[in-house]
Amino acid sequence: MHSVDTKQAFAPVTEPSSRPLLRIESLTKRFGRSTVIDQLSLDIYEGEFFALLGPSGCGKTTLLRLIAGFERPNAGRILLDEVDLASVPAYRRPVNMMFQSYALFPHLNVQANVAFGLKQEGVARREIAYRVAHILSLVKLDGLAKRRPHELSGGQRQRVALARSLVKRPRVLLLDEPMAALDKKLRRETQAELIALQRELKLTFIIVTHDQSEAMTVADRIGVMNQGVLVQVGPAPEIYEQPKSRWVADFVGDVNLFEGRLGEDRRSVEGTAAGSLHTTVKLDATPGATVSVAVRPEKIRISREPPLPAPANCTTGKVVEVSYLGDASIYKVRVAESCVIKAALANVGGGGYRVAAIGEEVWVSFPADAAIVLTQ
Amino acid sequence: MTAPAMAVNENPAATARAPLWRELVVRVPYIWLVVFFLIPFLIVLKISLSQTALAQPPYVPVFDLAAGWDGLVAFFTGLSFDNYRLLVSDPLYALSYVKSVEIAAFSTLVLLVIGYPLAYAIARTPPRWQAVLVLLTILPFWTSMLIRIYAWMNILQHDGPLNQLLLALSIVKEPPVWLSTETAIYIGIVYSYLPFMVLPLYASLQKIDEALIEAAADLGAPRWKIFWLITVPLSSAGMVAGVLLCFIPIVGEFVIPDLLGGSSEPMIGQTIWMEFFGNKDWPVASAVAVVLLCLLVTPIVVYQNQTMRAVEQ
Repeated sequence: MHSVDTKQAFAPVTEPSSRPLLRIESLTKRFGRSTVIDQLSLDIYEGEFFALLGPSGCGKTTLLRLIAGFERPNAGRILLDEVDLASVPAYRRPVNMMFQSYALFPHLNVQANVAFGLKQEGVARREIAYRVAHILSLVKLDGLAKRRPHELSGGQRQRVALARSLVKRPRVLLLDEPMAALDKKLRRETQAELIALQRELKLTFIIVTHDQSEAMTVADRIGVMNQGVLVQVGPAPEIYEQPKSRWVADFVGDVNLFEGRLGEDRRSVEGTAAGSLHTTVKLDATPGATVSVAVRPEKIRISREPPLPAPANCTTGKVVEVSYLGDASIYKVRVAESCVIKAALANVGGGGYRVAAIGEEVWVSFPADAAIVLTQ
Repeated sequence: MTAPAMAVNENPAATARAPLWRELVVRVPYIWLVVFFLIPFLIVLKISLSQTALAQPPYVPVFDLAAGWDGLVAFFTGLSFDNYRLLVSDPLYALSYVKSVEIAAFSTLVLLVIGYPLAYAIARTPPRWQAVLVLLTILPFWTSMLIRIYAWMNILQHDGPLNQLLLALSIVKEPPVWLSTETAIYIGIVYSYLPFMVLPLYASLQKIDEALIEAAADLGAPRWKIFWLITVPLSSAGMVAGVLLCFIPIVGEFVIPDLLGGSSEPMIGQTIWMEFFGNKDWPVASAVAVVLLCLLVTPIVVYQNQTMRAVEQ
């Protein structure tokens, strides 16, 4: 089997000795009366692959453009290697950007496009030729150096844009939705190549994306953005398993949310649409406070018989909808008048086997440690 | 390959009719060109090979269908290249051509130098203002060109507003002579043709993706270098279009040099007019016009090539 390099834990954040390469301090950007970036602070470390994830219009691209120098902040600072970038114009910043539209120069061939940045630096001709050839072979574009952008496929153009932004070995490479225009299969391949490339060149990458699976695949850490604010920053498993708020839980992945009151023992949540729910973590909040319980669909089990031993959370309901996705099926089970639970079950059996059919009465259960209690 | 075949099979009635329609639509421009360009040109070509005569029309031979075969032979033997020989032997014509090309080339250069920054400025203003500025550029067209040139005659005359202004600002002590000079021709031409330079330049500058400018800055190019390495090459199609749209008609310009310029060194348009209406020598005038057309074919072909390349890309 083809083995894909799994990402190793990147943990400079937890090491007290390491200092951030890029430091963003309470940055604010307003366009007219609307605040696009609101008091945002973030540290990014050398060699890190960082993803800015958020819905369109959350300010993630603006943040990237502020780092690149195309926009000026209204307040706050951006420091690179402890140097304030405020007085450094875009063309002098040791930062390069790969544009969503690729922004290839249509009148120049691949070679000249990639060499453009090096020429501006005044690099010697022979070295330019060598470095361009090297980067083109890295992105598997050898032999296409003399083509013009309009003679290339979408995937090839994307690689030219990548090569052009990498060839100057920027301190930070900014990638603005770099794979948005590629089809799903090509995107998967490109993601794997991007990870390999980042490892090989040992550069710091910041990618902007609205695709959560892309962010999770490529990034060491993810910053989830909403309305100009970083709502949560952490490695992918942390974002997915321990979301800080209802919004994050809902935006990253699929989720069942139950609203209720915190019980006396501070471990259970009472009065939800699905009844009382039990969790493992003792919450640091006053009993009776309104909280939400989040449960990922793949952590929910469905069975025709009552599950044994009885899980912490168990109820019955009627299947109202089954969507077949190939690798898994999504079952929607109505457990109460106002409560439909989504469960994702892997299709492990052959021959189109289904756990339950529409209209069938089933048991719906999930263990206490599958439930995340959210106060925000 | 199969898709069109299927479409044909689906609706046989439509396929029987469609080619006729299509042919007609495609041919309309050709019919137009034949009726309004090729036939008139052939008539002018024929007249240029004729001799002047005191008759109605003022040239011989005239094609006479009633005379039959003998008439046809007489017609063709009556044609000659005498008029073209005259154009070569008399330096008046050569000088007139050179003068026209010289004025056209220099004023086109001035137009480019003035028009480029203007178009660049329009393309860089916020989009909601661009339409207003483009409208202002073409606003002079709302008044007849003849009237506008008469207005310039007024402005440029001895005690006209221009001289009054120059005297008031103490720039000159004695009012300079403007009318009937080459300067007046240049002023009139640059003024009249500026929209033809600005509009194609604006169209190509406005199409340049802002991301390309940002990408160039991102890769380390300062503003002036971005202008030379990105903006100028990407607006070259607009430059070629603007230059040819101005140069070609300026070579044959008649009204402006006739009203604002002197008659000592006529432009070719004035020479043609003189031959037609002054000397009543239609054949020589036609020969001058045919040679002018041949001279202008080269830039027209260049323009055509450029447009085709732009379309392909």
